[in-house]
Amino acid sequence: MGKVGKILRRTFLIGSAAIVGGVAFGAYYVTRPAANPLQPGEGEAALNPFVLIDQNGVTLFAPRAEMGQGVKTTWAALIAEELDVDLDQITVLHGPAAAAYYNSALVGEGLPNKGYDISNFQHNLGEALGVLGKVLSLQVTGGSTSMKDGFERMRHAGASARETLKRAAADRLGVDPSDLQTASGHVIAPNGDKIAYSDLAVEAAGLEPVDVHLRDPSEWRYLGRTQPRLDMTGKVTGTAEFGVDVRLPGMKFASVRMNPKLGGVMNGFDDSAAQSMPGVEKIVDLGTGVAVIANNTWLANQAVEAIDVDWGDAPYPPETDGIFAKIAEAFDDAPNSTMRDDGDVSMTPEGATEITAEYQVPYLAHATMEPMNATAVYTGNTVELWCGNQAPTLIQFRVANTANLDTEAVQIHTTYLGGGFGRRGELDFGEIATKVAMAMPGTPVQTTWSREEDMRHDYYRPGAIARMRGAVQDGKAVLIDGKLAAQSCTQQAVERYSGFPGGGPDKVLVEGFFNQPYAVPNYRMSGHIADLAVPVGFWRSVGNSHNGFFHETFMDEMAHAAGRDPLDFRLELMKTEHAPSAGCLEAVKQMSGWTGKTPEGVGRGVAVTYSFGTPVAQVIEVVDEDGTIRINKAWIACDMGLALDPDNVKAQMFGGMMYGLSAACYGEITFSDGEAEQFNFPDYDALRMHTAPQVEVRVLETNRHMGGAGEPGTPPSMPALGNALFDLTGERARSLPLINQFNLLV
Amino acid sequence: MATALKINGKQHQVDLPDDVPLLWVLRDEVGLTGTKFGCGVAACGACTVHIDGEAVRSCQVALSDVWGDVTTIEGIGSPDSLAAIQQAWVDHQVAQCGYCQSGQIMQAAALLAENPSPTNADIDDAMQGNLCRCGTYPRLRAAIHDAAGKLKEV
Repeated sequence: MGKVGKILRRTFLIGSAAIVGGVAFGAYYVTRPAANPLQPGEGEAALNPFVLIDQNGVTLFAPRAEMGQGVKTTWAALIAEELDVDLDQITVLHGPAAAAYYNSALVGEGLPNKGYDISNFQHNLGEALGVLGKVLSLQVTGGSTSMKDGFERMRHAGASARETLKRAAADRLGVDPSDLQTASGHVIAPNGDKIAYSDLAVEAAGLEPVDVHLRDPSEWRYLGRTQPRLDMTGKVTGTAEFGVDVRLPGMKFASVRMNPKLGGVMNGFDDSAAQSMPGVEKIVDLGTGVAVIANNTWLANQAVEAIDVDWGDAPYPPETDGIFAKIAEAFDDAPNSTMRDDGDVSMTPEGATEITAEYQVPYLAHATMEPMNATAVYTGNTVELWCGNQAPTLIQFRVANTANLDTEAVQIHTTYLGGGFGRRGELDFGEIATKVAMAMPGTPVQTTWSREEDMRHDYYRPGAIARMRGAVQDGKAVLIDGKLAAQSCTQQAVERYSGFPGGGPDKVLVEGFFNQPYAVPNYRMSGHIADLAVPVGFWRSVGNSHNGFFHETFMDEMAHAAGRDPLDFRLELMKTEHAPSAGCLEAVKQMSGWTGKTPEGVGRGVAVTYSFGTPVAQVIEVVDEDGTIRINKAWIACDMGLALDPDNVKAQMFGGMMYGLSAACYGEITFSDGEAEQFNFPDYDALRMHTAPQVEVRVLETNRHMGGAGEPGTPPSMPALGNALFDLTGERARSLPLINQFNLLV
Repeated sequence: MATALKINGKQHQVDLPDDVPLLWVLRDEVGLTGTKFGCGVAACGACTVHIDGEAVRSCQVALSDVWGDVTTIEGIGSPDSLAAIQQAWVDHQVAQCGYCQSGQIMQAAALLAENPSPTNADIDDAMQGNLCRCGTYPRLRAAIHDAAGKLKEV
């Protein structure tokens, strides 16, 4: 690690006493300590905002959204590893929305490098730029960043707390701290006497925090080993509290309807039928929609559906065809997000064979199992809000603006998330619940969206079109020239979050497109941002979710044009460019017993995508059963470098793959009259027990830099399946979902 | 007029219109939030409970139509005293977001009560109405097989 990174980590720990030398941009802000969000009471000592010790024991804070990815457990393990506490004897809380819980890794992701070719210098620069996360108070769970963000900082938090407790014990006992040991939440004196951390908390609070070197990985007890998830018992007994499970004294239940012509106005409504319906307590005019507050969610929903609303038109073409025509128009403008332009793609090398293909993928809903919801109580000068969310500080800011209050007057409680996938990084559900609660001051109101409301009011994964041109010669790819057109999630999100229009190139639009680790001499990948007002947002793996399909389907087409085995074709181009990616391909080759040949009635496809710092290779096998095609098996290999919890990484890998396969098979949001045509799961299905493949996952650890886990499993799944269907049927899948082209098992 | 319901062995008097689905009686009136709302149209299985031992989608059963004793996820075990099937879920670390798992467990429990040694095909048939957007299916299947073994030992 370079000097910049070290200083940042130290600064994080020891605040204003840290070394300040003007080394990193923004150091002034960084060294100004964030207000301690825990506000310890009398008899408590807050050693730092991630560790709280009092008479009740040790509480660790994992201020990242637990949406299924296991962050609560692994984040706690990072602290516990150095603090010397047992994971089953501590409490882990999410904690409040707080600037101190900024995500340093997320902003570093914005750098315009490919990722896999990152040098140590760039790596440190990424960390340095990570300080922006704090300046902007970006407490965000997303971008598969939690472990990259927490890995150094949380171990330092634990180590600093441990050494400070030892100092306090040393002062009390009149010995040197180096004569003391720690284990299971106790400091152990030279004579074997044990002093509980909780007994030392007040004395430790009076000391300057001690900085300390981190333990060597060979000493780790938790990290690198699979831990039982701390949320598992709650989730199998129905006692884990999701947003929709919050129950407060005197609480009312609300249901909402917003304009299904997304972004359109509300001209008026007639609520005469709803007023007299059972359970109804209040009908709320939200300006752009209506809500009903009742004594039961279902009664509220029945009533809100009975309101006759006159909706204004959507600010985008009303039909799917018109929307895609508008996306295609973006190709007519100069590209604005070209992040790779190697060699010369202007002409095809002499003697090479040129191939072209056009691909298209649809808009997609997130469809979290738990529909959007939030619970709020408004008192006139405060708002308290409960919900599962991926961005507490942003929600806090939005709620405060909605209620015309200071952010300090808004308290956010983050529950478990019944799925996130990017949807719960949006702020609309918090804003709507606040508006509803403001209609009944002093009363807690839970606003739950119907499944239909949720599916038809999403920030969708953008529909996208790719136009690919390539050339092969002597069995190798010698040219790839890809053009991509889609709406920019980033530009829309910047405007939604900040109120200022986003602009400029969008790396996220072309991620998974420009940065794939293939050694191809003439290689240009360009993004064209389509100017459309369909609400779009971050969907698990974001740009990679469409670009993985485009890039890896085209690699397959090139391999076949070159007369090569599609796996060997990739491997050859990857070996010299990025060894960890090549290693993943070699692993799935071995795991699946890949021979390049399949028996009659069986098809296999391969794909590899490098995303969020982690290469993932997948082989998918499909079988023809009396004319119906079933996904039979999947093999996955990933390499994120150090895997802090290997079994949890495996779960994220096959889960990410299932999410991608669900979309590839069945997922499609289409529009008519400006409204999404899909209402509920019967129109927007996903893999189920009988349609999901058997799966085997291998976790490699050769990558020099830590990559993400939550998202990289998704992108290669879609092209691997499409390529398998080509192997089975000879028909190339150039658009999704595949159910429109193939007779898939449902 | 209040309707009488027996839920997890306990009598309740519920004062709600007859057509309110059992799901919303459980969640908003009785306060048993372990049973989840996912779709409202019997397409996801998150709301699965037992009525007289049979797995049903509680979003489709009106209050006045509840024909027997209701068992919810809270009725089969608790954090301090897990049912064998819940222990199998813990052993296999099945849950990710966890939102669908109450329904998955209730559906699987009904399967195992009827068929103590289900094959993969039996599991496919019984479980295909229960959606999991996290894609936990491989571990769900393993946990069901494991729970089948455990239940036979008891």
